[in-house]
Amino acid sequence: MYGRKVKLRFFFILLILITLTLSVYLILKSLEENVIYFQSPSEIKLLSEIEKKKIRVGGMVKNDSILIDTKEVKFIVTDLKNEINVIYSGVLPNLFAEGKGVVAEGYLKDRSLFLATKILAKHDENYMPPEVKAALEEK
Amino acid sequence: MASLIGYYSLIFGSCISFFIIFFSVKNFRDSLIFDTKIVNFTFLQFIFVIVSFLGLIISFVNSDFSNETVFNHSHSTKPIFYKISGTWGNHEGSLLLWLLVLTLFILLFLLKSKEQNKQYKILTLLIQQIIISGFFIFLIKTSNPFNYIFPVPEEGMGLNPILQDPALAIHPPILYLGYVGSSIIFSSALAATSLNYISIEWAKHIKQWVLISWIFLTLGILLGSIWAYYELGWGGFWFWDPVENVSLMPWLALTALLHCILVLERKLVLTSWVVILSIATFTLSMCGTFLVRSGILNSVHTFANDPKRGLFILIFLFCLIFLSLFIFIFFHKVEKKSIRNFFWLSKETSILINNWFMMYFLSVVLVGTTYPIFLEVISSDKISVGPPFYNKLIIPFLIPFLFTMAIGPKLKWIKSDLQSKTYLILFLIISFLLSVFIIKNITTSFLMNSVLLTSAFYLFFITLRDFFNKKTKNLSQNISHFGFSLLILSILFNNIFSTEVITNLKIGETYQSKNLNIYFESIDQKDKQNFKSIKGTFNIESNNGDIETLKPELRLYNQPNIVTSEADIKTNLLKDRFLTMNLVPNQEYFNIRYQIKPFMIWIWLSVLLICLGGITSLFKKKYED
Repeated sequence: MYGRKVKLRFFFILLILITLTLSVYLILKSLEENVIYFQSPSEIKLLSEIEKKKIRVGGMVKNDSILIDTKEVKFIVTDLKNEINVIYSGVLPNLFAEGKGVVAEGYLKDRSLFLATKILAKHDENYMPPEVKAALEEK
Repeated sequence: MASLIGYYSLIFGSCISFFIIFFSVKNFRDSLIFDTKIVNFTFLQFIFVIVSFLGLIISFVNSDFSNETVFNHSHSTKPIFYKISGTWGNHEGSLLLWLLVLTLFILLFLLKSKEQNKQYKILTLLIQQIIISGFFIFLIKTSNPFNYIFPVPEEGMGLNPILQDPALAIHPPILYLGYVGSSIIFSSALAATSLNYISIEWAKHIKQWVLISWIFLTLGILLGSIWAYYELGWGGFWFWDPVENVSLMPWLALTALLHCILVLERKLVLTSWVVILSIATFTLSMCGTFLVRSGILNSVHTFANDPKRGLFILIFLFCLIFLSLFIFIFFHKVEKKSIRNFFWLSKETSILINNWFMMYFLSVVLVGTTYPIFLEVISSDKISVGPPFYNKLIIPFLIPFLFTMAIGPKLKWIKSDLQSKTYLILFLIISFLLSVFIIKNITTSFLMNSVLLTSAFYLFFITLRDFFNKKTKNLSQNISHFGFSLLILSILFNNIFSTEVITNLKIGETYQSKNLNIYFESIDQKDKQNFKSIKGTFNIESNNGDIETLKPELRLYNQPNIVTSEADIKTNLLKDRFLTMNLVPNQEYFNIRYQIKPFMIWIWLSVLLICLGGITSLFKKKYED
């Protein structure tokens, strides 16, 4: 005959286990859906199919490639090997300039056109996002 | 000269550690009376560190470019205020500040806990000294702030202009007081565990320290958030950026600890949990330093870094974790007799539930922050985890969290029932009706928003009622919970009702939409001390005919060559109007962002209220059940 205490403790442990499994499941599931992959223009060239997932593209803004009007900004991101056109309407960080590193977040239209929803800011003119650095070094 | 004094002072300070450790060990074994020599040495160490810190400040003020740190992070044309704040606006200086706070806190601890057990005091001091010596070695070996360069450069490299801001000048010291305050909790919890000293008296004594670091950590995060709001020009207050997350994680652990201590203050339960939380809080603070300083984090906040430093902190961190786990596993004794007088409907249960939620939030943030690092190591895939991840996992759980927060404090210790509490149901109905009324025009995710709003309103009304209820005994708790409900409400309104316009304009052009017109009137250029200012004048006409003039500014700093945007924000109690202007290089266009953010100021005020709750609790001698 088990006492009330033991039953209570058993119930308690069960509750903790259920909560744990549930949270681990939720976290992993959500990670799968909401993770944003980083790709360089060269990697995009090699893609077999265009997914509808949000990705990040990084590299250098090509010289003399910025075109701007009231609605949007167009520019070319290059990793000095391959390049991709980017169309963006939104806030531009102050460190956004030709010949500087850039990371854009958004969706691929096709292998040569990227529709950006966000351009990421950096704090430091010496700082190069690690992925961009790696992408540039891979050339 | 000042650098030299600072350097030798730092060396002397590190040597004092040996004396302190030697005398503490001797005193611990040989005598029953606490040796005052130890306090004197601790005081001496503090003085040496403060002299060292002042030496660095003076080098910065005098623009002594023979010092490498000053050369890298200062410039002679910089205003004096930012010369001083530049002292901790860099890696070396901020670590020196960290060390200063470490020594200050252990000194205060020794002075404040005269009535505590001698052995416990000495052991706390010893563990703290291990941390302090670790930081001394770290500073002197890998990040000496007093490196000499020859030939002496003419001019410094300048401080990153984005850090030249009043909020960010005081943000690091305040945040560090919170981070480092948790080191005292860590040392003291370990000392108390190994001496089997964890008791109701210990809980009362350590609660002060938990409160102090919690208050400073909260304020520090708030300052960082306000800074990000107006300086980065993104017009938000939280971005789930890894650097923000690493400050949130210790905060969550500390908040959980704060609630647990309240239980431990009355009954000897949850002792192991309190020890684990104490260890976790400090470890997470250290992890924060490690992640920010190592350059591993893929963050928009990261500054250029040296990986060697990261490795040192990592090794140090592992030693500390190993030490604490060793003490916890081998010395911790569970009090057998007092465990099982837990009842389901009691304050303890609600605090336990609070802790579960806190741990859940903590693990979500932890996974989101560290997963990209692990994945990159394992598979060299480069990923980032964005706000949707956090929103999706945290927001649904806020609903039960808020309800528990409203009802939990109503329960009694040990055992209680919910009779004669009809108003609880009444408030629920009112909150629900109010929420539905407010967001009836919003089509997107109506259900989630309305339930969330209901739970926030519910907490709001219940805590509001308690302010006028004479039976409310725990004022500090009520203030903090009220503040939290206000915070969630303001965030919700802010999210639901914010509007923004982003466009590129030339001077003289007008942006037109059905709600408002933005007319870019002119720009005005001026030369300031260390930057050139470009001020734009914008007239914004809303559809009811009001015209508002906003003047955002662009600052072109000369050294280093960086452009920053200063948003122009018109704040009132109901909404912020926020306009930033960004430069597009070599183009006539300016990138304009205009936002209307409702209840922005209430987000800041409510966090202050949450802090105020902590402060009230700190100054209140004791409260009866």
